[in-house]
Amino acid sequence: MIAEIGHYALVLALGLALIQSVVPMAGARLRDDTLMGVAGPTALAQFAFVAVSFAALTACYVGSDFSVTNVFENSHSTMPLIYKFTSVWGNHEGSMLLWVLILSLFGALVAAFGTNLPATLKANVLAVQSWIAAAFYLFILMTSNPFLRLPQTPFEGRDLNPILQDLGLAIHPPLLYLGYVGFSISFSFAIAALVEGRIDAAWARWVRPWTLAAWMCLTLGIAMGSYWAYYELGWGGFWFWDPVENASLMPWLAGTALLHSAVVMEKRNALKVWTILLAILTFSLSLIGTFLVRSGVLTSVHTFASDPTRGVFILMILVLFIGGALALYAWRAPALKQGGLFAPISREGALIFNNLFLTAACATVFVGTLYPLALEALTGENISVGAPFFNLTFGPLFVPLLLVVPIGPLMPWKRGDLLGVAQRLIGAAAFALIVIAATFAAIGGGPVLAPFGIGLAAFVMAGAVTDFIERTGLLRVPFAVALTRARGLPRSAFGTMLAHSGLGLSALGIVCASTWGVEQIVSLKPNASVSLRSYDLTFDGMVTRQGPNYSETIAKFTVRQDGIVIGTMEPAKRTFPARQSSTTEAALLTRGASQLYLSLGDPNDDGSITVRLYHKPLVLLIWLGAVVMFLGGGLSLSDRRLRIGAPKPAARPALQPAE
Amino acid sequence: MSVMRHRWISILLFAIVLMGASPAFAVQPDEILPDPALETRARTLSRELRCMVCQNQSIDDSDAPLARDLRLLVRERLKAGDSDTQVLDFLTVRYGQFVLLRPRFGWDTALLWLAPAGVLLIGAGALVVLLRRRRRMPDSTGPEPSKLTAAESGRLAELLGKSGRSTAKSP
Repeated sequence: MIAEIGHYALVLALGLALIQSVVPMAGARLRDDTLMGVAGPTALAQFAFVAVSFAALTACYVGSDFSVTNVFENSHSTMPLIYKFTSVWGNHEGSMLLWVLILSLFGALVAAFGTNLPATLKANVLAVQSWIAAAFYLFILMTSNPFLRLPQTPFEGRDLNPILQDLGLAIHPPLLYLGYVGFSISFSFAIAALVEGRIDAAWARWVRPWTLAAWMCLTLGIAMGSYWAYYELGWGGFWFWDPVENASLMPWLAGTALLHSAVVMEKRNALKVWTILLAILTFSLSLIGTFLVRSGVLTSVHTFASDPTRGVFILMILVLFIGGALALYAWRAPALKQGGLFAPISREGALIFNNLFLTAACATVFVGTLYPLALEALTGENISVGAPFFNLTFGPLFVPLLLVVPIGPLMPWKRGDLLGVAQRLIGAAAFALIVIAATFAAIGGGPVLAPFGIGLAAFVMAGAVTDFIERTGLLRVPFAVALTRARGLPRSAFGTMLAHSGLGLSALGIVCASTWGVEQIVSLKPNASVSLRSYDLTFDGMVTRQGPNYSETIAKFTVRQDGIVIGTMEPAKRTFPARQSSTTEAALLTRGASQLYLSLGDPNDDGSITVRLYHKPLVLLIWLGAVVMFLGGGLSLSDRRLRIGAPKPAARPALQPAE
Repeated sequence: MSVMRHRWISILLFAIVLMGASPAFAVQPDEILPDPALETRARTLSRELRCMVCQNQSIDDSDAPLARDLRLLVRERLKAGDSDTQVLDFLTVRYGQFVLLRPRFGWDTALLWLAPAGVLLIGAGALVVLLRRRRRMPDSTGPEPSKLTAAESGRLAELLGKSGRSTAKSP
């Protein structure tokens, strides 16, 4: 019964979406407030019905209702409760339901909080949002219905893929989807603006918080996925340039460019045509990502079976929305007037530089990911494009980008003075040079490029500090004055500094972990030791343990540094009888921002066990940097909300008594 | 189907849940060459070579039996005194371009290799042209005349009034 309610609610949501996709737009055209007013309630109701549908599927999973095919294939009665929840989206059908849940959530948020939007824009935005929603409801109902029943109820489920039985599944996909799908709002705003034929700085101001929120979630989602892969897969890598990873990186790169170009549009009323295009492209890349992951096209070369109707359906959605949006753009964009003149050396110029390089980086990933598919389709020739290609092409595009990160915020709008900015950055540059020299001295030979990478990361972080010093006059004016100025700075300024220093942190982590990470692969008998850098690990022996739905073999290790015990590490292998498969659970020992990483191989006949031990210096900075970027975005968002919402003149006078 | 390990991204590939995850790992202790310099070269080469039965994994990462065979083959060639290029050539002749994770520049891959620089140059060129054109025609860049409805004009007046008050209060 519950499954049928979920199914029915989804059908109702589709009906609502169809109404919402036509009526408000007609209302906006006719300037009819009643028709436009339909959008708000339908958007909220749509979300409510999808939520009911999602809750129904969740109930089926939690109650282990194996008469539902989807539950039977992806759940097991002995699974811990948390995984019964997360396995709702640990499969194709359920994850698509999560996709539309988030899509309708964003629609409802615009309906609820978009009170300051002009009525026609709001109506059009919600209508466009509903087009996307209707297409995906149809997709689920026609090709990926999670509520189908089996003719006979099986006694037990087939269990969730063991590798997904991890807390990562609770965090990573929802965050990633919040990011992917969040960009649909920017897309809807862009299409609405093109339909109305009117766009101004206020548009950028309205669209920015949504873009920022989506970008934050995507940043954190990608980072969490990367960390999950790092500890779950057992060989210590954090980024593999795999097509499906690239599918999430492309919207991130385009979304980052969009965030920056929207700033120019909001403050200077320039780059309008480009910003609209970026908004369309960012969500298009999210759709392409969904297509690549969902259709199975990437794996078609191999032996995986996947349902071709799904791929064709998503491809149709893709062609319809991307093609339609770009056609509308080509038709209406020339009518949009450009505003705001500026010299090439200016804040605008720096942000355009950012956009140019981010777009080129995004195009590189795009071409690299799809080239093998296209070449195979056209000539039948098989080539591989993997990590070595991306490292060689993506890296050089990111270096100039990082170099300009500290310069941008110091540039004045309209017309800047490169020499002046260079003078202000001299401290940061000197710091970076000292760091480079110190690194060279410390490593005494070895990789030549890595110290420069560290210097670059240091430059980016010092640049953020310089920005703060410049804005507050710290070191030039009395401390109390600087403090007052710091209080008066908008939160978005701090957001920028935080996000940029987060970028520097991530860069530092990537350079250090990939250059100076060391590994040791050995076979060990009980009581034997292995040494790496200053650490000695003693293999104390194996124990077995029974988990809720798996059995586990644990290897116990004592870790010593200079003879002193600093901890234990317990890498394990888990065997899941339901699927007759197993996973490795790597053991991690964190020392500052660096980690020792230990994973188990197969036991050998002579009683020894093969282990792989890594030391990853500063590896945690990679993800910590992403968290800092997320926080920077959040800080900026909290500022936005104040400015976007109703004018609050009380905010300023309230600061006065503090002086 | 050969055994292969998942990547986090294939976590997204929920459709392929049938893939069996095997926890064994790639390079085994018995494969490692006694000569550290040679071993380093072997590892570097391994990262450039694709495990052809896997999903976008290098033979350095993969634990498939084929990957192990290829790793041993690479080490054999190196021990026989081959240069890095000779090893790659040897494998390309045997398995085709597909084995190289970094495809060689050629007619078929020219677009791929030229894309990054190409997009950058085209973008920069378009920017220069646009900026020049705009400077030559300053008339077309004036503020956009937008039509406001009566309601919007009213709201604008109200907002202007409000912000006027707030600026009056601030220092």
